[in-house]
Amino acid sequence: MNRWLPFEWIAAVRFLLEGLLQTLVILGGIAIGVGVIVFMSAMLAGLQANFIKRVLTSQPQIQLIPLDQVARPLRNAKGTIEAPIVQRPTQRVLSIDQWQKIRDEMQARPDVVTVAPTASGSGLALRGDANRAITLTGMEPENYFNIVRVPDYIVAGDAQVTSEGILVGTELANNLGASLGDKINVTTAQGGNRILTITGIFDLGNKGANQRSTFVTLRTAQSLLGLIGGVTTLDLTVTDIYAAENIARDIQASHPVEADSWIKTNAQFFTAVQAQQNSNTLIRAFVGLSVAFGIAAVLIVSVIQRSKDIGILRAMGTKREQILRVFLIQGGILGFLGSLVGSVLGAGALILWHSVARQVDGSELFPLIIESQLFVYSAALATLTGVIAAIAPALRAARLDPVVAIRG
Amino acid sequence: MAEVLKLEQIKKSYNLGTAVETEVLHGIDLSMQSGDFLALMGPSGSGKSTLLNIIGLLDRPTSGRLLINAQDTGRLGDAALTRLRGETIGFIFQYHYLISAFTAHENVMMPMLVDRGHPDAEMAKRADVLLERVGLSRWRNNNAMNMSGGQQQRVAIARALAMNPDLVLADEPTGNLDTKSANAVFELMREINRERGTTFLLVTHNDDLAKRCDRIVQVVDGSLAT
Repeated sequence: MNRWLPFEWIAAVRFLLEGLLQTLVILGGIAIGVGVIVFMSAMLAGLQANFIKRVLTSQPQIQLIPLDQVARPLRNAKGTIEAPIVQRPTQRVLSIDQWQKIRDEMQARPDVVTVAPTASGSGLALRGDANRAITLTGMEPENYFNIVRVPDYIVAGDAQVTSEGILVGTELANNLGASLGDKINVTTAQGGNRILTITGIFDLGNKGANQRSTFVTLRTAQSLLGLIGGVTTLDLTVTDIYAAENIARDIQASHPVEADSWIKTNAQFFTAVQAQQNSNTLIRAFVGLSVAFGIAAVLIVSVIQRSKDIGILRAMGTKREQILRVFLIQGGILGFLGSLVGSVLGAGALILWHSVARQVDGSELFPLIIESQLFVYSAALATLTGVIAAIAPALRAARLDPVVAIRG
Repeated sequence: MAEVLKLEQIKKSYNLGTAVETEVLHGIDLSMQSGDFLALMGPSGSGKSTLLNIIGLLDRPTSGRLLINAQDTGRLGDAALTRLRGETIGFIFQYHYLISAFTAHENVMMPMLVDRGHPDAEMAKRADVLLERVGLSRWRNNNAMNMSGGQQQRVAIARALAMNPDLVLADEPTGNLDTKSANAVFELMREINRERGTTFLLVTHNDDLAKRCDRIVQVVDGSLAT
């Protein structure tokens, strides 16, 4: 007998060891349950991280754009409206009013990391007989590339764009039959017309984006779009991406701009994440519940099998609380050991799945995120579940009348 | 000589207050002095097991007084009774009832372990001394289930003595054994009674063994017929 263990622990361990087969079967059950939870949680965390990474490396977290232009009804005097039908005015490409001042104020904010002014609008790319509609984005590379990592997606040439250069997607280059160093003619509805040299070709991993997106310097876009000295958006990144919505509201309240956070513009993504999390929570809860019922069932059987032992122990002066603890401890031990085995199972399955499951392009489906925290939480939760599941059997054991128990 | 046990008008009824209320003990008076070796006899259903359970503080009488070492047990709560039971009473049951998850040595240690909470060297030593006394030192580390009935019963005797109780209650301790083993077990209890002055109350159906006790008390239909 171990000198350091109190009676309750000694008895609990011995009882579990004596019914080894039962113990192993229920341990297997708990391990599978915990394994499923660990596997699902880690995979979901990985998928989410991947989603967020993809979303955040290809778009700003907050965009500041000019306010919508609205037409006001013509009023003659108070209470009377002359022209009750108000038509929404067309939204011209407009510059943000006093954008330099707003940019400086944004840069001064502690929760904003990068501010990148861009001038964007639509245009037409022409080369020979081919022409394609494009989205022209004029930007300052040193700022903008901190937000949208175009250089990471370059497949030919480089991202160094000059005032006479343009970065185009692979799809657009194919459509125009152009390659690196070729010249294309870009015209806009505002009457701008420039011949630009393709200095880089990128692949954003999305056909639509590869077809439409083009990047030029801010000045080039300004002259093409007739926005001399103006910008259409200020793109921001923030320190805490989850606070983006609050920051956006704050900015909008204090500046004459419309601020859209990535949370707002990607509402669908968040709904999907939320739905996944809900179903994950449900599955976890039900797995936990079935594990708890399994532990309770095994311990109830154990109490019945050991009622004579319990009776004898009570006759020799064992207190009710001691008996209660013996069974609570058994529940806790089962939960804890089961979670250890389950964590190993879950992590193993995760590593296996991570190496097998690939995206179409061969890259990993989700990053392998195995946080020790997850295991600590699972172990703590499983131990707690075990103890809680043991309450009913333990009470039953503690309440056994020794006379009845010994008689059987 | 000190009075270890005193029963005054002990009555026990089952299904109290219902239509099928049955009184199984009708006012038992009994007294045992320290060092007594008493045989309790009586046919099945006479109420001797109920009486033994009440004396063993496993059950409470419906009325009457039960004194152990001159202490009235009627006013004690459940926890105090459990404590008193652990300290002053040792049990030997008909079917040995060793705890199968433990060895013979650990079974003998068990009452001390339950009382003190942690195992210590002293209780291990005492268990060895007791096992030696019942002649089972060699079987020390055997699992309780790998022993013969007679051996198990001798371990149970050692266990009953672990807390050095004033009173040992034995419920047909030889009832399940062959004559030779039964004799050996009885003689062991008798020797311990003489050596240590431990008081024994023995329920038995065996006339031969009963005759070798100091006193015989007959329970007939819930009353004593001495």
